[in-house]
Amino acid sequence: MKGLVFPLVALVALQILAMVWGIESDNLASPVSVLQAAWTAALDGTVLTAASHTLSTTLGGLAIGGTLGLLLGLLIGLVQPIDRLLTVSLEFLRPVPSVALIPIALLIFGLGYRMELVIVAKGCFWPILIMTRAAIRGIHPRLMEVSRMLKLGPVARIWKIFLPAALPRLFVGLRLAAGVGLTIAVTVEIATNPYGLGYAVMFAQQSFRPDLMFGMLLWIGIIGWSFNAFLLFAQNRLFGRAALVGARS
Amino acid sequence: MTAFDQASARKLKNSEQLFTGTEVDKGMKSAEPLITFRNVCLDFVGRRILQDINLSIGRQEFVCVVGPSGCGKTTTLRLIAGLLQPTSGEIVYNGKPVREPARDIAVVFQDYTNALLPWRTAAGNVSLALEAAGVPRTERPDRIAALLEKVGLGNRGEAYPSELSGGMQQRLQIARCLAQEPSVLLMDEPFGALDAMTRQHLQDQVLRIMDQSGTTVFFVTHDLEEAIYLADRVIALAPNPGRVAEVFDIKLPRPRNQLTTREDPEFLRLRRKIFDFVQESEA
Ligand SMILES: Nc1ncnc2c1ncn2[C@@H]1O[C@H](COP(=O)(O)OP(=O)(O)OP(=O)(O)O)[C@@H](O)[C@H]1O
Ligand SMILES: [Mg+2]
Repeated sequence: MKGLVFPLVALVALQILAMVWGIESDNLASPVSVLQAAWTAALDGTVLTAASHTLSTTLGGLAIGGTLGLLLGLLIGLVQPIDRLLTVSLEFLRPVPSVALIPIALLIFGLGYRMELVIVAKGCFWPILIMTRAAIRGIHPRLMEVSRMLKLGPVARIWKIFLPAALPRLFVGLRLAAGVGLTIAVTVEIATNPYGLGYAVMFAQQSFRPDLMFGMLLWIGIIGWSFNAFLLFAQNRLFGRAALVGARS
Repeated sequence: MTAFDQASARKLKNSEQLFTGTEVDKGMKSAEPLITFRNVCLDFVGRRILQDINLSIGRQEFVCVVGPSGCGKTTTLRLIAGLLQPTSGEIVYNGKPVREPARDIAVVFQDYTNALLPWRTAAGNVSLALEAAGVPRTERPDRIAALLEKVGLGNRGEAYPSELSGGMQQRLQIARCLAQEPSVLLMDEPFGALDAMTRQHLQDQVLRIMDQSGTTVFFVTHDLEEAIYLADRVIALAPNPGRVAEVFDIKLPRPRNQLTTREDPEFLRLRRKIFDFVQESEA
């Protein structure tokens, strides 16, 4: 709760400043008018439409990129030769910013849902891949030996030892990727794609509505925060025990 | 007489002793050793770790291995487990060279914390071995309960490893190994991290369980008294490179007892002899 003191004080101060000097203009808006605009946008459905586009691309991209990242991460984490084979190509591809793919995706898919999805998926792929590989590498060698001594088959090894042992870190990767995915989705919308929360911010700015612009930013913040909070909640509910154990050690 | 023959002769002597001792009911199945090291050498990145190991271990024998840190005790154990392959020579188990881990050889690792699955309960950890052996789901609960009972964890089945003391965790690991119904149990300083009281308690528990199941045990320790107390035979390794320095037959009556066995003049004589030997070889 103490964390809320500073922003509240700052907002009140800002509101007083706005009222004393009257800073309403094309670039700035007082906190109260921002809140009003945010509220109206929520009531008239603007927020719902925009958020459902942005969230569905984020989740879709997370699902596609995350699955691919998980599978490849497992593969290179478990099979040394494949790791050596792919490391160079992967290290070469990784620094290419996801948004640099916008022109290519635009060429292939045009504007709309699919091009955004592909770019988000590319962005989510990396954190999951890297965390999966690290998670597999981080499994104590003793557990590998235990599974060898018990003569567990490859499927049982992955399912009963490697995945549960890696789970806490995999979930960190998932939350990281979700954050990255949301950022990329909004960026793509601001840059080109005329849908979603990012576009709503752009649109408000271009129609000289700073109150609405900040209002939509407020919504992006709230949605991003809730998304992460939801994942944390899911993590505790789904894997309670395993996640806890991992977090403690 | 080669070292191997010497070892066999010792083994034979040992089995006579066993036969006339309290172990008659176990019945020595054959004079043929269960595990044999033939001229085993092992190099790690160009460094010789084990040099010409010749050793044989009989069925139902309890062998303890002692030696200074880094002399290759763990490495020897891992060779029997099939977790490592020798650079030259071979390890024969049940008449066949060891190429990979076998289901009826179990390892109790020293670092029980790392060897247990923290996300599974005590019962779940034991279950892992049963699942691996393909025991049907319906049979598992009874077997698990019996195994936990055997190591004195009968009422802690639902506890997670992090909720158990060190001694309990090590007993849990032993229970999981017993679930494999192993013919050979390899134990790498299993009680090294435990206090003296817990240690003695677990020593007796292991002796009792082994006596019931007739398992062959290869037990690494650097506690000489522990070695004498448990073993039929104590093998002393010397370092740089690791090799068999001396083998001591332990002719103490069984069942052993923490008080009377440790006060037995023969126990004291052996302790003196092995201490002297270790001191000399380290000087
Ligand atoms: N993976 C490895 N790579 C290279 N050298 C190794 C490796 N494992 C062990 N060694 C070396 O092999 C030698 C024997 O090691 P080992 O672990 O068998 O000793 P130990 O007798 O069990 O010692 P301790 O009593 O400390 O457990 C040591 O000198 C060690 O440095
Ligand atoms: Mg060791």
